[in-house]
Amino acid sequence: MYDSGKIISGLFIFVGIVTLPFWYNAGKAFVKPDPSLDTPVIRQMKEKHCIESKQYMIDKHMQLLNDWRNEVVRENRTIYVNSSGQYFTMSLEDTCFHCHSNEKQFCNQCHSYVNIEPYCWECHVKPKEEIANGQR
Amino acid sequence: MDNDKRRFLRLMGISTGLLAGSSLFGGMSSILKLGTKFNGDALASQGMEYGKFASDPKALKANRWAIAIDLRKFKTHDDYKRCIDACDNIHNIPVIPNNQEIKWIWEENYENAFPEQQNKYLEEELKDKPVLLLCNQCEYPPCVRVCPTGATFKRPDGIVMMDYHRCIGCRYCMAGCPYGSRSFNFQDPRPFIKHIDPEYPTRTKGVVEKCDFCIERLDKGLPPACVEASKGSIIFGDLSDTNSDIRKVLSNNFTVRRKPELGTQPNVFYII
Repeated sequence: MYDSGKIISGLFIFVGIVTLPFWYNAGKAFVKPDPSLDTPVIRQMKEKHCIESKQYMIDKHMQLLNDWRNEVVRENRTIYVNSSGQYFTMSLEDTCFHCHSNEKQFCNQCHSYVNIEPYCWECHVKPKEEIANGQR
Repeated sequence: MDNDKRRFLRLMGISTGLLAGSSLFGGMSSILKLGTKFNGDALASQGMEYGKFASDPKALKANRWAIAIDLRKFKTHDDYKRCIDACDNIHNIPVIPNNQEIKWIWEENYENAFPEQQNKYLEEELKDKPVLLLCNQCEYPPCVRVCPTGATFKRPDGIVMMDYHRCIGCRYCMAGCPYGSRSFNFQDPRPFIKHIDPEYPTRTKGVVEKCDFCIERLDKGLPPACVEASKGSIIFGDLSDTNSDIRKVLSNNFTVRRKPELGTQPNVFYII
């Protein structure tokens, strides 16, 4: 083979570059997101239950929020009736943030882990605890 | 020789047909699989039922919301300011002191508000009198016709509404609106808002905004903020209801509308 030295060393360099992400992250311990429900606001609450089951909210909160948005903005229906028949006003500010007042625990932990940056906060005002900490 | 060629072609034809058929079948079956994946029944069996939506019984309802502004009752600067401030405060409207300003309800002098009625010999009192302007919530809104994304749309109760989530900031609606009722966010508005009300969202850079007759207040059973702050100088009601306050005011007073010749059928009436 002609130029075998160049070709083989080139191949090594190519494989090295392609697998760079694996080398880069090798040996690093991955910390799984572990949101803590023990915030001052939640501690004061009598009923510690979200509008639907925990698993449903983890799996489907993005579809739920999308539906809420379309219903409120475009269909002018503002009340959500959950699977057990309870009524809720569909609003981030007036409903969700009353309990989910800590953005770091409830949003950023998992979203940072999966590298998602929701742009809700460009318009919607962050929960009160964040404002108190001087962030907006 | 000839026979070989024919056999070869037939074989090719059959195998191509089989191949196409099987891939079509495979495609169909994968579509069917997708169908079952997003089937609501499957979700329900896992205890993942979607909730239902309802409208608030407290909400004010109408077939055609409209406003009448009784300019005779606007005497001092404070009368105007009260209404404007009420709106600005609850909607997180920034104060930007240049041509990038954001306005939902604002003052304009009579000649500019009603340019077709310009008259050298205009009544002295009217000449310098400010007029309170806001979105006219047109019956035939040009902004809705030109919006390419459906971000602005007309609700069944006549209110022309903005869906900021869908606005791409093309500003066609601003070009379409003959009343200058729409403002564009050239920059992040938050640094220009004195006090942010956390109960109401702000807007973001690159979206168009305007007055929406306080739909968030109508949903709670309250009249628009400017109507409440005006203490009776602005009348709000349902045009389709013959017994409504606004119909009584309109049938007892001479009213004008802005640029009626354009055929947009504005729903803000002025008593001069």
